[in-house]
Amino acid sequence: MNQREVIIIGSGPAGLSAAGILLRAGAHVAMFERSPLIGGQLIKQTHKFFGSQKQYAKTRGYDIAKKLYRDIEAYQDHFELHLEATVVAIYPDRVISVYRQGVYQKYQAQAIIIATGASERLLSFPNNDLPGIYGAGAVQTLMNLYGVLPGKNAVMVGSGNIGLIVSYQMMQAGVNVKAVLEAAPNIGGYKVHASKLRRLGVPIMTQTTVKRAIGMTAIEAIETIRLDEKWQPIEDTETTIPIDTLCISVGLTPMHQLLSMAGAEMRYISELGGCVPHMSSAHETSIRNIFACGDVTGIEEASSAIVEGQFIGLIVSERLGYALEGYHLLKHECTTELGILRCGPFGEKIRLGQQKLKGGSSCSND
Amino acid sequence: MKAFYVMILALKVVNHVRIHKHPILDFPEKKVIHFTFNGQPQIGHEGDTIASALHALGFKELSKSIHHKRARGFYCAIGNCGSCHMRVNHVSNIKTCITPLEEGMIVELEEGLGRIT
Ligand SMILES: Cc1cc2nc3c(=O)[nH]c(=O)nc-3n(C[C@H](O)[C@H](O)[C@H](O)COP(=O)(O)OP(=O)(O)OC[C@H]3O[C@@H](n4cnc5c(N)ncnc54)[C@H](O)[C@@H]3O)c2cc1C
Ligand code: FES
Repeated sequence: MNQREVIIIGSGPAGLSAAGILLRAGAHVAMFERSPLIGGQLIKQTHKFFGSQKQYAKTRGYDIAKKLYRDIEAYQDHFELHLEATVVAIYPDRVISVYRQGVYQKYQAQAIIIATGASERLLSFPNNDLPGIYGAGAVQTLMNLYGVLPGKNAVMVGSGNIGLIVSYQMMQAGVNVKAVLEAAPNIGGYKVHASKLRRLGVPIMTQTTVKRAIGMTAIEAIETIRLDEKWQPIEDTETTIPIDTLCISVGLTPMHQLLSMAGAEMRYISELGGCVPHMSSAHETSIRNIFACGDVTGIEEASSAIVEGQFIGLIVSERLGYALEGYHLLKHECTTELGILRCGPFGEKIRLGQQKLKGGSSCSND
Repeated sequence: MKAFYVMILALKVVNHVRIHKHPILDFPEKKVIHFTFNGQPQIGHEGDTIASALHALGFKELSKSIHHKRARGFYCAIGNCGSCHMRVNHVSNIKTCITPLEEGMIVELEEGLGRIT
């Protein structure tokens, strides 16, 4: 068995920030990332981020990833990076099994930080499995990382920030976005993103959803239907839109599988996006020395993932006996910063979710 | 006459699935990578995953559902869903959306459950 001091699973903003602090404290870090590229969700994001200046607001997502990576590059002799390496199993004695190019390897660490992020939710409607129907994140990856267009004519389902941003990015890349559908009576995302789309003439159709997809081996059209105040379909309001691309952006859910597999105590909290680990105030799961941070502990933003990562980096460095200069001040700063990020109307859901997490009912490990 | 040329140009851009012009990102010409898909020689670009190369070539069907043999394509692009499982270099169930394309790769559609070799 390969022994390591700290293992971090996932190289998104949460994992990278935790690594930054731990390396600065003097710890040895091994990071496992299943993608060939480092940076998690950030690398495909070409828009300028919202949030506070401290967490790189007004910087483009992929530039934030570069900056976070630059912080850890200086510690090459303490840092081991495994790309295209998927952690496929984890055990309570802090052993993980990693699959990489046909080979499985086992590692054990003194502490493990799980920062696996989130996955996109599916939407059920007839023929929702046809090629040409993608998660919005997949379309973003295809265009912004590989420079390939998903198709020529698209419809987006969901008007949250991701749906709006990816629709705009499709227009930038040359895809004709025919409409954004939203089941709720109001647009979910920020006004600025919606206005940018409207200026390009993309209609945002509220109280409208997909009734079915049409096609044999690939999507050729969708049938939309209007919904009433109780989200019930209104008869005879169907419209057919010919398209070759349908993007689904109906929210994210934490990638809890490794935590559930390790046997960590989990709770289902809808405000946080699904199954999340029950944690101590130090972000330690119910299993000693297994920690979690970022979207996997509840769907939030890159800004909070960065601060959470730093916070856990501090906690773990202390647990391992490293005395980082200014430890207490840094820890205090992280806590204050998280509080600020979560105050205000957009943080309400997170605050409610976290309250529920403290007392909520447990969820089955599926 | 000018309008005619603009139209042809526009058509050319729209017909191409690779992005050449983008207001924020640069997509410079990249090294060509040769591979085969179901026995036919194909060309991808350096930096592609297998799935992105196939998509750029217009192949949207990457796998078939096990029971009903329904066509399945690229869905999540990050290795979550398994919709892009293919046989690569005679190994079954490779997630082609997170596997970089390499020179000489043999890529095939899988029929039914993958074989363990
Ligand atoms: C379109 C879009 C726009 C956004 N805009 C903003 C914005 O303006 N401002 C903002 O603050 N936030 C924004 N966000 C949110 C932000 O990107 C996420 O909240 C943030 O990336 C979460 O960070 P993370 O480190 O928790 O997870 P991720 O960034 O998702 O990283 C997780 C990493 O773990 C890896 N991984 C998962 N499972 C395994 C495994 N088993 N083995 C190995 N590796 C694994 C994944 O491949 C991934 O790289 C946006 C998100 C999207 C999709
Ligand atoms: S498209 Fe989902 S795993 Fe590849």
